[in-house]
Amino acid sequence: MNSGLSLAFEYLRIYPFVRYAVIVGVLVSLAASLLGVTLVLKRFSFIGDGLSHVAFGAISIATVMHFTSYVQFTLPVTIICAILILRTGRDSKINGDAVIAMLSVASLAVGYMVMNVFGASSNLSGDVCTTLFGSTSILTLSRTEVTSTVILATVVVGIFVLFYNKLFAVTFDEDFARASGTNTEAYNLLIAVVVAVVIVIAMDLVGSLLISALIIFPALSAMRMFNSFKSVTICSGVLAVISSLTGMLISIVAGTPVGATIVCTQIVMFAVSCAAGSTLRRGAA
Amino acid sequence: MAQIECRNLTLGYENVPVVSDLSFSVEKGNYLCIVGENGAGKSTLMKAILGLHKPISGQITRGDGLEKGSIGYLPQQTDIQKDFPASVGEIVLSGCQGGRGFRPFYTKLQKARARMCMEWLNIGGLSRSCYRNLSGGQQQRVLLARALAASGELLVMDEPFTGLDPLVTQEIYDLIRHINKLHEVTIIMVTHDMEGAIKNADHILHLGDSIFFGSVEEYLETEEGKAFASTEKGGDRR
Repeated sequence: MNSGLSLAFEYLRIYPFVRYAVIVGVLVSLAASLLGVTLVLKRFSFIGDGLSHVAFGAISIATVMHFTSYVQFTLPVTIICAILILRTGRDSKINGDAVIAMLSVASLAVGYMVMNVFGASSNLSGDVCTTLFGSTSILTLSRTEVTSTVILATVVVGIFVLFYNKLFAVTFDEDFARASGTNTEAYNLLIAVVVAVVIVIAMDLVGSLLISALIIFPALSAMRMFNSFKSVTICSGVLAVISSLTGMLISIVAGTPVGATIVCTQIVMFAVSCAAGSTLRRGAA
Repeated sequence: MAQIECRNLTLGYENVPVVSDLSFSVEKGNYLCIVGENGAGKSTLMKAILGLHKPISGQITRGDGLEKGSIGYLPQQTDIQKDFPASVGEIVLSGCQGGRGFRPFYTKLQKARARMCMEWLNIGGLSRSCYRNLSGGQQQRVLLARALAASGELLVMDEPFTGLDPLVTQEIYDLIRHINKLHEVTIIMVTHDMEGAIKNADHILHLGDSIFFGSVEEYLETEEGKAFASTEKGGDRR
């Protein structure tokens, strides 16, 4: 264990790309976890899941069409779908969760289809697997990719801090917020756009199938243990940072896939939080 | 000038009117109960007063410095709130949101106001408690405090007694009357509880086949008033 840890630090010290990966990973999971609190409480958890499949579809198309930077294509597509999902949730013939299910399977199918028919790659199943479960490509991120991810993640965290009070009001009671003059539509839109951004930047880290884990696990774990919105939010952020750091260090040392390792760390963390939460409650009673 | 004045108001959905040609006004310090059968348009009218629903025709005028955002709203509890991790203090403070423009954080004045509202409703000691662990009556006090934090002028309540036992219902009625009399806060309440409405309010708005607006005494003289009063006596209490 100890030698494993020192080995991990050795990697960090020697290889800049490992440092980049760790910075990106921590920031992305921090952004996802903060947003997760609002999404889980608003009963929007599935939106994250649906959108990540949309992002998979978009990324396959971007790959086939040989876009140099697929973020330019994936980001707008995902944002548009996020807005679509939120809009139809309210007033339409097909209800919200059906729309999400439809969009996500459709994107998966189209994405795989496109890759299969038009893909030039000799290692098709490898490519698909990478997009779905995250890649080791997080270790091969270029400087510009790192910078853009860091900027996007910082913007997301910044937005969250600036609009924290408004987001609380809109999450806790949309009707009340609307009645007292808050433009709730605008905030829902903001949430949708930010979710889309988080998903697109988290694609590289954990892959599209595992993104919702980054969003929901820290929030759910924090909610087991804490009773106020502020402490839940802070705890969620802290847990996200810890679990992504631990997950990445383990994966570097043990050679396990990055995304899956982080998510497994979060599962363990959730179990521990459940136990801690019930001990706390028993202590209080 | 009246605080709220509705003139020839027609409300409905997709141009099918639920309430037509309604006119009434609410003065500062009034205690108005809106009663009527299910589907008579009580909630629609309430939403229109709050500015959440656009009338088909007619006007709702707000007077006496009652700008947008200075109505306190006590909505029905949603499923989301039942296990929402939030402290009482956070919830009451969120009432101070309206009309704050883009200021991201609360001022000292707003925090003081939230504390005062909690004191008024005897929940000052619960500030750090978790909302989801409170009893139904306490939760209602918290939401009432939040509504007060949003406005010291006018409170609009949507069936505030749903799911509360008779004892707690009486407690909340007393609190509302207290706020109304002592602090001169105007009350508009949508309710099913005829008995409580007649006992506590000073004005009644009855929606349905025939519309009535006037004082409680006048209402008891009308056909609907008598009918309601007799069914209440007939033992049809919940």
